[in-house]
Amino acid sequence: MTGSAAAPASAPASSEAPPLWPEAGYTHIPFALYDDPAIYARERERIFMGPTWHYLALDCEIPEAGDYKATTVGDMPVVVVRARDGGINAFENRCAHRGAQLCLERFGNARAFTCVYHAWSYDEAGKLIGVAFEKGVKGEGGMPPSFDRGDHNLRTLRTATRAGLVFGTFDHGAPALDDYLGPEICGRIDRVLPKPAKVLGYNTQVLRNNWKLYAENVKDPYHASILHLFFTTFRVNRLTQKGGIIVSESGAHHVSYSMLDGEDADAEYRAAKLRADSDEFGLREPALLEGRDEFGDGITLQILSVFPGLVLQQIRNNLVVRQIVPTGPDRAEVVWTHYGFGDDDAALTELRLRQANMVGPAGYVSMEDGAVGAFIQRALPGAGGRRSVLLMGGEDVGSQDSRTTETSIRGFWKMYRGLMDL
Amino acid sequence: MPDATTAERERRNGAVAEVTALLADYAACIDADELEAWPDFFTADCHYKITTAYNHAKGLPVGLIYAHNRAMLEDRVVALRKANVYEPQRYRHIVSTPRIKGGGITGGGITGLAEDVIEAEAGFLVVRTMHDGTQDLFASGLYLDRIDLSGNRPRFARKIVVLDSDRVDTLLAIPL
Ligand code: FES
Ligand SMILES: [Fe+2]
Repeated sequence: MTGSAAAPASAPASSEAPPLWPEAGYTHIPFALYDDPAIYARERERIFMGPTWHYLALDCEIPEAGDYKATTVGDMPVVVVRARDGGINAFENRCAHRGAQLCLERFGNARAFTCVYHAWSYDEAGKLIGVAFEKGVKGEGGMPPSFDRGDHNLRTLRTATRAGLVFGTFDHGAPALDDYLGPEICGRIDRVLPKPAKVLGYNTQVLRNNWKLYAENVKDPYHASILHLFFTTFRVNRLTQKGGIIVSESGAHHVSYSMLDGEDADAEYRAAKLRADSDEFGLREPALLEGRDEFGDGITLQILSVFPGLVLQQIRNNLVVRQIVPTGPDRAEVVWTHYGFGDDDAALTELRLRQANMVGPAGYVSMEDGAVGAFIQRALPGAGGRRSVLLMGGEDVGSQDSRTTETSIRGFWKMYRGLMDL
Repeated sequence: MPDATTAERERRNGAVAEVTALLADYAACIDADELEAWPDFFTADCHYKITTAYNHAKGLPVGLIYAHNRAMLEDRVVALRKANVYEPQRYRHIVSTPRIKGGGITGGGITGLAEDVIEAEAGFLVVRTMHDGTQDLFASGLYLDRIDLSGNRPRFARKIVVLDSDRVDTLLAIPL
């Protein structure tokens, strides 16, 4: 895993593998990281079970005691449960007896979790509380006297919540969630979740590529105006936008944002509306661009990522939690959870639903992101010894005002390389 | 199904024939890549949405595509032709015989809806063929349709496409 150093000392020089990652830093990324099963297994150990935090649920998805959601950390099945004391527990969704999946439904409510196979049951904290026929039948069979239920509790995750987002980590020694995120990322999360959320719907996008290609895409503002031609095609005047990129101190997380400079955000919509009747290249229905400055700061777009797999997205009034789920070295899924707030009026909900046309698998400005990772994945054969290039905006990791930069992708690799020890 | 008089059965069968023909034309339009003709299958103030069975059952309103009038469908076609980048691909729709849920054709109607409206549902399968020949069952689901018969041709006043699965492979460019 650490390149040539990992090769057995006795191997003849001619068969010695070249180093996986010869360059220091984060500007050259080995293509082998995108399809090697050994790398995928190492990511599970070092990243997804490592000192990192993973999005599990929105607080509002499990409001009542006993409410649960079955989800994953990386590709590992977990259950997140609202406890009777109002806290949130999470544990592996795998029976300690012989490993059957415990919760088969995506959402539900349970007082205890009973395995369908042999009816071992667990309490809301994953503690084993019942073993069918533990004492045998009529004095025959059963567990040996040495059997101790306490040795067979489900492996738990530590959980923490930020602004209604529930996170979990397998590493009970991981830094506190807020420290992991850092103050700037915390502030930007709070910005788009200032009050209790309400789910507006889900969908799942299947990607025929490694999960990291999607994570990189999210952190890549370089491609936005090049790959996605919707606004250019319809001549939507983007006005003078200012914005920038914030990269957390660890490099792990980022925020990319833009706001309209000086002008009010509706100028864009009004201009499109004027053009709708006269300009053959305009949108026939400019209502798509209509929006509200609901957070009162003029920011019309904020894409935020938390390493490794969470994306929080605001495109005008369309608010989405995206969860990147690895499902194999060359497969991944993105689970899209659209949300609004409990006190939304009908008109605001309608704006969110209309603007949802921009994003997701059928999104005007994002459908390409579902395919572009696969374009890389399918070209990987033969690329094993080569490296991709991330030099836009320099070699460093840090916040920048320019959006023609790959700084936040380098940040991803900084965190990744440290955890993977490659 | 409650007992029906001969007259009611005739109206229902007439409705089945009307909707079957419309759905056949609709599917052929998409499958033949005649997308410029697709919006004209809808009324000017139509509602068109692609959603999932889960969202639909739970009353969650967000759609993969959500249009509140025909102009939005026209914009989508222009976007597909001029703006969006996706690999060449074709659909093949197989649409079931529709079930008439309400409405009527002539002389009364079945459930008391205006007589120039039919509500119907039909199951569909869509096989997607990529430019390199890769074929997959891309989608299955239900069309929940409200059809307006008052114009010069039947048109969808409302079409809710309810996908059986939450999962969409890669992207959904061409409409369903
Ligand atoms: S596998 Fe769960 S009780 Fe046996
Ligand atoms: Fe993109």
